[in-house]
Amino acid sequence: MTDAGRGGPTAAEFDAYLDGIRRLVDQRLIPAEPRLEGEETLPQDLTQALREAGLFGISIPARYGGAGLTMEQQVRVMLEVTRASAVYRARFSTTIGLGSQPILYNGTEAQRRAWLPRMASGEATAAFCLTEPEHGSDAGGLATRARREGGEYVLDGVKRYITNARQAQVFIVMARTDPASRDAAGISAFIVPAGTPGLRCGPADRKMGQDGSATCEVFLDGVRVPAENLIGGREGEGFKTAMRGINHARLHVAVTCVGQAQRLLDEALSYALRRRQFGQPLAEFQLVQAMLADSRAEILAARSAVLETARAFDRAGEAQGSLVADIACCKLFASEMVCRVADRAVQIHGGAGYMRGTAVERLYRDVRLFRIFEGASQIQQILIARDMVRGARHG
Amino acid sequence: MKLLVPVKRVVDYNVKVRVKADGTGVETANVKMSMNPFDEIAVEEAVRLKEKGIATEIVAVSAGPAAAQEQIRTALAMGADRGILVEHDGVLEPLAVAKILKAIVEKEGPQLVILGKQAIDDDMNATGQMLAALLGWPQGTFASRVEPADGALKVTREVDGGLETVQLRLPAIVTTDLRLNEPRYASLPNIMKARKKPIETVKPADLGVDVTPRLSVLKVEEPPKRQAGKKVASVQELVEKLRNEAKVI
Ligand SMILES: Cc1cc2nc3c(=O)[nH]c(=O)nc-3n(C[C@H](O)[C@H](O)[C@H](O)COP(=O)(O)OP(=O)(O)OC[C@H]3O[C@@H](n4cnc5c(N)ncnc54)[C@H](O)[C@@H]3O)c2cc1C
Ligand SMILES: Cc1cc2nc3c(=O)[nH]c(=O)nc-3n(C[C@H](O)[C@H](O)[C@H](O)COP(=O)(O)OP(=O)(O)OC[C@H]3O[C@@H](n4cnc5c(N)ncnc54)[C@H](O)[C@@H]3O)c2cc1C
Repeated sequence: MTDAGRGGPTAAEFDAYLDGIRRLVDQRLIPAEPRLEGEETLPQDLTQALREAGLFGISIPARYGGAGLTMEQQVRVMLEVTRASAVYRARFSTTIGLGSQPILYNGTEAQRRAWLPRMASGEATAAFCLTEPEHGSDAGGLATRARREGGEYVLDGVKRYITNARQAQVFIVMARTDPASRDAAGISAFIVPAGTPGLRCGPADRKMGQDGSATCEVFLDGVRVPAENLIGGREGEGFKTAMRGINHARLHVAVTCVGQAQRLLDEALSYALRRRQFGQPLAEFQLVQAMLADSRAEILAARSAVLETARAFDRAGEAQGSLVADIACCKLFASEMVCRVADRAVQIHGGAGYMRGTAVERLYRDVRLFRIFEGASQIQQILIARDMVRGARHG
Repeated sequence: MKLLVPVKRVVDYNVKVRVKADGTGVETANVKMSMNPFDEIAVEEAVRLKEKGIATEIVAVSAGPAAAQEQIRTALAMGADRGILVEHDGVLEPLAVAKILKAIVEKEGPQLVILGKQAIDDDMNATGQMLAALLGWPQGTFASRVEPADGALKVTREVDGGLETVQLRLPAIVTTDLRLNEPRYASLPNIMKARKKPIETVKPADLGVDVTPRLSVLKVEEPPKRQAGKKVASVQELVEKLRNEAKVI
């Protein structure tokens, strides 16, 4: 799979598409945000609006029914979409990143044909099952087993915090095929259709934020899948396969942080202009201005880093693995940045920023997630530093 | 039946327009241009009539510079079948556009022309009416509802006193009001399919239309800046200010 053959839009066609996305965000998604509070999942009509806007297919090439956008174009779409609640993005995120990219880059042609068109249309939501109760950051040590029995694999284990599991038509499950191994080399990736006997989802987790997007446990008890469902058809490639999705997802999380930070800053600025104290709008006070200015500067830095890395991703094509550390830098910086911006936005709102019903209060809780999942900040730091040390040693 | 939908290239509704320094018009260089929002409503209505099986073909036409092709492409992405660009650089007044459209109508033979009630750049609100007069066709302007009624068209109009319903014999002219529908966003596959739909280019002279302006613009100015309001403490104070400061009572 090369990136040249995506079959995507021309620049003018892309701009026309982006115009429509902008309108969707401003006229439909942002106004509907209050409806998400207290919801377990995204209401049907809003999910349908995301489908109709083609958002489930942005990362899938046109020949498999997707939009065939480059990474830079995907980033530009996501910068718009994530000005609205990140919960909208969460609904299709597992499909465009962790769900589809492993199949696209490492799957067999039959696997691509079977799943990518259904994912691209939004008909089949994918869930990605890596994290386990005993293995979060240390995902390479995961314990879920997959035993070969004739023409089938039998999966046993427990997964935790799985986004969209309760909405999924298909699960990408990471499991250990080499029982003697302790590390990532013994792991394989499997496609498990929803409804396969032995696969069960727990109740939705109660979370700090992200109302309207559900995670839950996924139990695998003697789940049997045909050997054709091993992604790429070779054992031990699971982690390499997962990294395709994780790289994609990390860059998308970084963009999401930029979009959310921009929204938080827009909210803070508009409040600072409306709210008067000591006879003046808050926006006139230099101490408030410092918070606004620092936020804008940090957002510009993160946005530039993400766009530049996205362009590098498009240029790298097959060699996108070389960008792991740069993508980790984007994810680390953007996720830490959005939490600083959220803190300032709440601060600028004063008591109102602490009250339910204020957008920044909700966004503050939502964005806290981004420093934890898709590799916590400490894991990104380890990755980045290791890459530097390795590079310095080997020249 | 065949539908004709004229679409105009205008400054995007989100742009804060600036008057040119010499007062001859507004700045359009490096400004985002889009389809006139009322025309989007017209295209949407046409596409809905086609989806209901009432219309068979939708022709989008734009009179304006070569770049107006972009607005025709937008109409094609929304669901129009082909486009005609009547290329002309410079001012096109409503009467000139109405004459151009009359010539196109005579060539294409549509049963219905759906136009925006006005364009957001000059707010003339004249082209549809002039076209109806030139063709001698019935017109339903400011439409908030359009229903086919065997061989005719029932149009609900937004008028000052409320809603008025008229029945039009076809062929006819309809102009759209804001509440007629909510235009769709073209999906990316449809935007890309629009690439293959044909756009024919002609000049006003090819249609035998003289577009020389008949009006001259004397001066364009910014509206006066709004003065800051005053808060009053009581009704008495309000009455006092209305009487003695504003001198309106
Ligand atoms: C809302 C939500 C959605 C999620 N969705 C999915 C999903 O769809 N699929 C999926 O597979 N997973 C998902 N996850 C799981 C997520 O990826 C994990 O929570 C994350 O990887 C961290 O793992 P953990 O929670 O077990 O924390 P731990 O690994 O226990 O880490 C706890 C803390 O210790 C730090 N730490 C760990 N190891 C080191 C080290 N070596 N050096 C320094 N510090 C260290 C971490 O940085 C962190 O701060 C989701 C999580 C959440 C909260
Ligand atoms: C949970 C909760 C409990 C509370 N309990 C009580 C209570 O029991 N009794 C009571 O009386 N109040 C109570 N309060 C109110 C609280 O004291 C106020 O919210 C607080 O004083 C801030 O005022 P404000 O919310 O109006 O914010 P604002 O005064 O509007 O301030 C908004 C932002 O502008 C900044 N700002 C304001 N002026 C300036 C300036 N001149 N220069 C620079 N920055 C400036 C502020 O630092 C803040 O960041 C409570 C509030 C909360 C959230």
